[in-house]
Amino acid sequence: MRYIRSFGLFWWDFIVGDDWRVALGVGVALALTALLTHDGVNAWWLLPIAVALLLADSVRRASRS
Amino acid sequence: MVEALTIVLGVGVVRGWRSTLIGAGSAFVLLAVLVAALGPALSHIPIDALRLVVGALLLAFGLQWLRKAILRSSGFVALHDEDVAFRSEREQAAAAGTDMRAGLDWYSFTVAFKGVLLEGLEVVFIVISFGTAQDALGPAAAGAAAAFVVVVAAGVLAQGPLSRVPENTIKFAVGLLLTSFGCFWGAEGAGVDWPGDEVSLLGVIAFFVVLSFALVRLLGRRRVALNARGAEA
Repeated sequence: MRYIRSFGLFWWDFIVGDDWRVALGVGVALALTALLTHDGVNAWWLLPIAVALLLADSVRRASRS
Repeated sequence: MVEALTIVLGVGVVRGWRSTLIGAGSAFVLLAVLVAALGPALSHIPIDALRLVVGALLLAFGLQWLRKAILRSSGFVALHDEDVAFRSEREQAAAAGTDMRAGLDWYSFTVAFKGVLLEGLEVVFIVISFGTAQDALGPAAAGAAAAFVVVVAAGVLAQGPLSRVPENTIKFAVGLLLTSFGCFWGAEGAGVDWPGDEVSLLGVIAFFVVLSFALVRLLGRRRVALNARGAEA
């Protein structure tokens, strides 16, 4: 059990890292982009803007902690 | 790679090279097997689905690097010091007991194996992501192998940790590229048609470069203001 937990923690740390909100935000932004393009909106602008906001918010929070 | 080299050097210098190099070599073989096995397997997945997943992972991964690089550049997180890491590795290696298994110094073997494997996984991840998304696994693996040769040669020539390598600058650049490619491929995988097709990738890179430098500047000012307030108090 300990090894499974360590294995899971390793991959969590490897992919998600210090700020889970960023990883979650990326997932949500990609899902929104897919939904919009599915409805005929070419939402190329959504992901860069979302990533910029997520990054700015993440470093702002890190600098305050 | 630089960090893995520091670990291998720190252990090898103190405890001997045989077990250390066998540990590092075993990890290297395992990483090569991972690339050889996962790369062709992933190429069977439809390209849009692959780009969506690879894009999402590159974004999550690249943003971690970029975030750390911005915080280091603005002074909120200390820069990684290879000399300090090397000294610490040597001290730990000297203090560890002797445990011989299968004719190997187990401490040297496991520390070198883990160090190369964990640091190398990042490289494998990048090679597989870029290689499969662009259907160019060979050139991507060759590029990583060339970087490996350069780092090892530099370590041998320097006879010590590569403390003069501008590590944060390199990580900043890699974080920017991973984030930009992740954004480009992730959006493409989600069905987006980028205006100007692949030319717009340059625009995405430029956007994140400007954003990152603006954030470093803003946080740097904040850091100065905090220091000034601390000095006054």
